[in-house]
Amino acid sequence: MTTIDTIVHDLEARFDDVALGHVRTWKQAGPNRLAIGCLPVFAPREVLWAANALPVFVRGAGDRIETIRGDAYYQSYICHLPRSMLELGLLGHLDALDGMIFPNTCDVIRNLSGVWQSTFPQHVVRFIDPPQTAEPASAAAYLRHELTTLFRDLCARSGVAPTAARLHAAIADLAAAHAGARDLANARREQPWNLPIDEVYLLRRAADSMPPPAWTELARAYIAAASARGRKPEDRIRVCLVGAFCEQPPRALLRAAERAGCYIVDDDLTVGVEPNGPDPTVGDDGDPMAAIVDAWLHATRPSAVRYDQHGQAGRELVERVKVNRADGVLFAAPSFCDPALLDQPRLTRVLDQHAVPYTAFKYSENTGQFQAIREQAGTFADSVKLWGTA
Amino acid sequence: MIKKEASMEAQKELLAGYFARLGRAREEKRPVVYTFVPGNLTELMAAFDVAPVYPEVNALQSAMRQRSTGFIREAERAGHSEDVCSYVKCDLGMLMKGNVGPTGDAIPPPDLLLLSFTGCFTFMKWFELLREQYQCEVAMLHVPYVGDGVVTDAMRAYVVEQLQREVIPKLEKVSGKRLDLDRLRESLARSRRAEEDLAWVFRSARRRPSPIDAYFGGVYYIGPIFTSFRGSEDACRYYAMLRAEVEERLAAGLGPTTPDGSLDDQRFRLVIEGPPNWTSFRDFWKIFSDEGAVAVASTYTQVGGTYERGFRHDPARPLESLADYCLSCYTNLPLPQRSRMLADMVTEYEADGFVIHSVKSCNSFSAGQLHMLREVERMTGIPGGFIESDLVDARYYGHANIKNRIESYLQMLAARRGGLAATAGATPAEVRP
Ligand code: SF4
Ligand code: SF4
Repeated sequence: MTTIDTIVHDLEARFDDVALGHVRTWKQAGPNRLAIGCLPVFAPREVLWAANALPVFVRGAGDRIETIRGDAYYQSYICHLPRSMLELGLLGHLDALDGMIFPNTCDVIRNLSGVWQSTFPQHVVRFIDPPQTAEPASAAAYLRHELTTLFRDLCARSGVAPTAARLHAAIADLAAAHAGARDLANARREQPWNLPIDEVYLLRRAADSMPPPAWTELARAYIAAASARGRKPEDRIRVCLVGAFCEQPPRALLRAAERAGCYIVDDDLTVGVEPNGPDPTVGDDGDPMAAIVDAWLHATRPSAVRYDQHGQAGRELVERVKVNRADGVLFAAPSFCDPALLDQPRLTRVLDQHAVPYTAFKYSENTGQFQAIREQAGTFADSVKLWGTA
Repeated sequence: MIKKEASMEAQKELLAGYFARLGRAREEKRPVVYTFVPGNLTELMAAFDVAPVYPEVNALQSAMRQRSTGFIREAERAGHSEDVCSYVKCDLGMLMKGNVGPTGDAIPPPDLLLLSFTGCFTFMKWFELLREQYQCEVAMLHVPYVGDGVVTDAMRAYVVEQLQREVIPKLEKVSGKRLDLDRLRESLARSRRAEEDLAWVFRSARRRPSPIDAYFGGVYYIGPIFTSFRGSEDACRYYAMLRAEVEERLAAGLGPTTPDGSLDDQRFRLVIEGPPNWTSFRDFWKIFSDEGAVAVASTYTQVGGTYERGFRHDPARPLESLADYCLSCYTNLPLPQRSRMLADMVTEYEADGFVIHSVKSCNSFSAGQLHMLREVERMTGIPGGFIESDLVDARYYGHANIKNRIESYLQMLAARRGGLAATAGATPAEVRP
């Protein structure tokens, strides 16, 4: 096997390891190690890593397991993510985790935290409501309090000292991983024919549960090997995929969209492991927690689950289209996802004003039928190629 | 028609007066502030003499007048998904149709959007959409979710600081007035008086027969205190009148007024979780009252303040008290606490059963309700019933189906009461989706 084949093969094996065997292996390889599950989209990864806890993003099970018991917990008009989360838990697939962090992403995840508390009492369950306020001083004090409490509690559990030095080291590890993620995004933007979405997605999902330094190394190896493929560009349009930030579309859907004539050059699929703005920068006061808090409060990446304080989300999307030299936008939202779906009309109005073509479809993580989506993406690609509009 | 009691007439007048005042707000140069019901800052707004507008109230009023589904269709034609909250779409549809309110009066545009999204994330998205339309001043109050079940000092301090640094300055700006803390305190003292009376009314349902219906009647009782009247003399008068009415019924051994008159022969005492359906409110209520079922407690009536559970505003700590109020509204509490509350109500009010009404629109209520059903069954040993529809989207209200489920559920409760549970035709599983 070539280097790239080996990397992709390993990534696939890791992706299919829904029972998190690799996380268990990591925990057993050293003393005082914890693993903490994080739901999309906000996760204080630096704080967890500093407490010797591996941050493990759990983004539902996708189509990798059949959801049976999880369905008994949720009505038909609620998205699929909480069902497969519960299924994973009830099957014991999350036993490698010592706890779960639920951010205030939406009311479904919010309420799932309560279901989790009573269903999995062995897990430490922590709810974090990252500030949405426009008033920065009180927001910083509040978030700092929440993260400091979390840091101390996790350190007490893992048995390491909650020191500033540990936070400094974690910030550096995550900053290196973020640099790797930026390089990966740049490489894909420049040569999507060499870095297909399917592989890039696998690599980014690996970041969900790998120690950051190991992932950084892997990302560099993948970028080098994939870039050396020397494939020729195909006649496809370039698109930004918007809205699929929480419940994940099946991999086959991403493949179908690309094969229908699109290069997905930008997306928000794995928000939370990528930098959402400048990395924490420790100021002259040498206070690493202040830097972590500041980085969140001044995150620049727009998101459906963060208050759009300046009403800029539409213009930011147009900017994203420009930076990625995209020909259009594919809105892909999980069915019944209030945050993603409520954003769409606002965003499409701005795209209309700037004559950016778009199309929209809904999915659920275990969708098995892609024909309609393939046709929709294909028609979209054809009309953009022919007329420059959809 | 539901027979009107004096307090209902009084409330109708309050509401008509409110919409008329709102219609005059522009000429009287009163700034208009749009805000939400759960975690509202009514006393604070009143201290600045602004005119509050509650889009949810407009939506439910539109639904009761059979206008909401048209508004929702309008919003869907403009690109809003059929999957999302119908309150939002009803409001946006109404706006697209000229923003004429439920009473026929035009609703003036806001000078300030006061965004506090206590207990529901969708509120934030809703106001982002409104801001796009109105381009006006926005004050944002982020009330953290009480995920671990404890209101911490850090949460309270965070909310109070936002009130001081964000909300009050914006209210001062749009109103041109400084905050008069004494006036706020007086208003909070009046809130407390009204809250005492309302809590007394709800607790009267412990008696048999219950003199009130704490869900279908309860939604009328909470009207003034959940909206712009809390802290006013009008509210104090209304709740004193309501209490006197309930005292009279209690003394006479009478039940509450329902669509079919007084419900004195109460065969089932129920606790109800979840919002009502507004588009077929009367028919929905009738399903229960026809069977002699009375709601002795409900969680929906805690959504704009947990008064029945003991919360009171405290004039001695005005801002802290407003913060505690916002933090402790029902949907801002975690599911284990909500299940516990439901179970406590079943026990304290000696209910025969409990019914969960799940609405398609509202993830804040609905996501996790099937789990709550099991939890409350486990805690109380009483089987629960589960029905589904929507708040203001008539397309999701299936009368025959709901009636069927409720009747089966009540038959099962009757059989259980008669010691026939083992041989009864209906089991709890059969009345669930
Ligand atoms: S997919 Fe949407 S609605 Fe579902 S949990 Fe995620 S953000 Fe919430
Ligand atoms: S989701 Fe529920 S609480 Fe939130 S706005 Fe809609 S109906 Fe109201």
